[in-house]
Amino acid sequence: MSDAAVQAKDLSLVFQTADAPVTALSAIDLTIARGEFVSFIGPSGCGKTTLMRAIADLERPTSGSLTVNGVSPEQARLDRAYGYVFQAAALYPWRNVLRNVMLPLEIMGLRERERRTRAAKQLELVGLTGFERKFPWQLSGGMQQRVSIARALAFEPKLLLMDEPFGALDEITRDHLNEQLLRLWERTGKTVVFVTHSISEAVFLSNRIVVMSPRPGRIIEIINCDLPTGRGLDVRESVAFAEIAHRVRAALRSGHSYED
Amino acid sequence: MNRRNAMTALAVLVLAVIADALLSRVQGDGPKGAEAAAVWWLLAGWVLLLWFVLGRLAQLRGRVLGLLAPALFGLAMLYLWEIAVVGWDVPRVLLPAPHAVGEALAARWGALRADFRQTAVSVVAGYCAGCGAGFGVALLADRYRLLQRGLLPLAGLAGAVPIVGIAPIMVMWFGFDWQSKAAVAAIVTFFPMLVNTLAGLASVDAMHRDLMRTYGAGHLATLLKLRLPSALPFVFNALKINSTLALISAIVAEFFGSPIYGLGFRISAEVARMNVDVVWAAIALAALAGSVFYGLIALVERAMTFWHASYRS
Amino acid sequence: MRTEKPSWAQSVGPVALVAAVLIVVWYAAAVWLNAPQVIERFDGIGNPWGARELVDATWSMERPVLPAPHQIVADWWASVFGADLDSPRSLVYHAGVTLSSTILGFALGLALGVLIAIGVVHSRVLDRGLLPWIIASQTIPILAIAPMVVVVLGSLGYPPLVSKAVISMYLCFFPVAVGMVKGLRSPEVLQLDLMRTWSATPAQRLVKLRLPAAVPFLFASARIAIATSLIGAIVGELPTGAQAGLGARLLSGSYFGQTIQIWSALLMASLLGVLLVAAVGAVERLVARWMGAAA
Repeated sequence: MSDAAVQAKDLSLVFQTADAPVTALSAIDLTIARGEFVSFIGPSGCGKTTLMRAIADLERPTSGSLTVNGVSPEQARLDRAYGYVFQAAALYPWRNVLRNVMLPLEIMGLRERERRTRAAKQLELVGLTGFERKFPWQLSGGMQQRVSIARALAFEPKLLLMDEPFGALDEITRDHLNEQLLRLWERTGKTVVFVTHSISEAVFLSNRIVVMSPRPGRIIEIINCDLPTGRGLDVRESVAFAEIAHRVRAALRSGHSYED
Repeated sequence: MNRRNAMTALAVLVLAVIADALLSRVQGDGPKGAEAAAVWWLLAGWVLLLWFVLGRLAQLRGRVLGLLAPALFGLAMLYLWEIAVVGWDVPRVLLPAPHAVGEALAARWGALRADFRQTAVSVVAGYCAGCGAGFGVALLADRYRLLQRGLLPLAGLAGAVPIVGIAPIMVMWFGFDWQSKAAVAAIVTFFPMLVNTLAGLASVDAMHRDLMRTYGAGHLATLLKLRLPSALPFVFNALKINSTLALISAIVAEFFGSPIYGLGFRISAEVARMNVDVVWAAIALAALAGSVFYGLIALVERAMTFWHASYRS
Repeated sequence: MRTEKPSWAQSVGPVALVAAVLIVVWYAAAVWLNAPQVIERFDGIGNPWGARELVDATWSMERPVLPAPHQIVADWWASVFGADLDSPRSLVYHAGVTLSSTILGFALGLALGVLIAIGVVHSRVLDRGLLPWIIASQTIPILAIAPMVVVVLGSLGYPPLVSKAVISMYLCFFPVAVGMVKGLRSPEVLQLDLMRTWSATPAQRLVKLRLPAAVPFLFASARIAIATSLIGAIVGELPTGAQAGLGARLLSGSYFGQTIQIWSALLMASLLGVLLVAAVGAVERLVARWMGAAA
């Protein structure tokens, strides 16, 4: 089992807040294999972001076990095993696009020339060659997010963690970036863990969908998604797509996601 | 169209000034000693004209053109000041006319220059020491939470305390020369720098800090690559405030005792002798120096923090 | 990682620790700075002396280079509780004199600042013509004119209270004006558009939207303004001839070499400053509660 990208066993996480303890995650059992594209979907408070942050060693679980690439999340973080993409681009306004992508490499201690080549390669992967000297505020929201993705890929990690990366963008840009992300995944074969609360996005992108519900945060159902590779946005009109989306919605409903 | 109007208005104004100058030439020595009523009319007329012109100029945009309105406003104030003081024969002791201040500045230039140099030394020395120390302690406090939690409330208290009052004690410790004034300036500038730098270092949001964690970056790397650049706007804010504070503290500290030169000394000495125009000349000099100092810092700020949201509208 | 709010002990503890360290350092510094004079005196007398005598002596000199904290507190106590309230030996009397011009100057500066801000927000001319000069005025060391203002207004027959209040007013109006301008302009464009759809007059817009939105900015500036006003009042007392007020006390202490008197006057001034800022903060909390802010 040590070749699994992520393995969680009976994982729990309880936050001590001012009012009362909040069980963000309760007895999570999950295995993510290498090369998979897994989405976490659920309403606010279901623990999807918390689970991802735990994988990234940004939160500490209170009980249970969690391994990333066979080692503890902390070790994985120090080994620079993953790239993280937030909902906002979080670029540095005082650095141009190229230098923003080079940032993690500087911290890693790579030499200048090596940094440049790698950064240029990632920018090419997201289709932003030619924009190296621009500053973040000169780019649109969608392009900034693409720079953020390029930056997450700078280490060339095997694992990509994305927390609602397209949530702040308009639908048309979102669709465009969904397609681009899919192509990128097919091209690089990385493991992607993707948090979203858009059902169609989850169905379009993933090969497995983890449906979660809140109070306490837990997994309701894991749905397999076997849409054909090389698919475009048109697949959304297919019957197979609608069936899977229906199953996701039913799972969410059974987890009381549509109630107050 | 706006530009055209503004230019027309400016031209009208210039013609009016020339007309006035010619008129006073004809009348000899301007409206001196004229009846109070006549001066009121003259002032009223000028104010209306200026309001009209400024209203047009105020619509101009652009770096250079945008300066026309405040420049004209300032010049207008000077001109009206001159008219009012000369026209109403205001005693020199109360408020000297601008030309009298100019004369005093020219007459006592040698002494004033020496005064300025004396004060300048203490201002610059104190400013560098205070800002440097404030920055350094802020970095330490940022590293060691305990120090920060203990120091910050005390630093806040210091903002409420009239620190200039420490001047006589500094004079007692460091003597009459520039060192005591520099010490006062240093202490006064220390606290704003400390508070602002800490605020700047803390201004980084959680998302950026998390990102640094995911890169496995240590405290030093995070500090150098993320937090210090983010803190720059705050640091410059403090640097600008401190430029004024250092100047004022040094001058006020000189009220408490100084060798026979220094702008503060000059002011208190000439006040005692009721040479108010020399006092105003010294203040004008100090104001000019202060503005230049502030302007220089603002220029450096623009160069180093060009990326900040406040420069884009 | 989530950070928890520090507990009461975690907030007060470090402050107490830092303060304690500062006091210890102070005592040590007092020994160090006063030692030369004390040693000279001891050598003159000729009796044998050890560390104990040295330390005792350095902490109880009459005119020390650096008084020990307990000396300052003792002098302060004596001047506050031990002297008649209207005698020039009472710090309360001096504090009262300074306080009266501080408060008057503060009130005037507040009013002036608010008026200027309203003017700047509603008039293009003032905005483009006056505002840059107001900002530039900060670079003018107005405190430097303080003596002159006091002397000149004094020779015109105005009591020192007025001239000091004028200085304080000039110092205070700036932070208030700048803060209020920011505050009056803080409502979103959205809100202003809404006012337009209701055909509100500029006056209604001012009273119902801009002024309430500006209240937090007003208080933030007021805290700075009142501390500055205090400084203005003290500096206004510096010209020779001023007999009353904390500034005068500082000056006379400096002339006569009475270091302990200087420090206790400074202590009084600091207490006054802290009290005034705290008072403004308390008013702010009351107003905020009244305006429905979250507890």
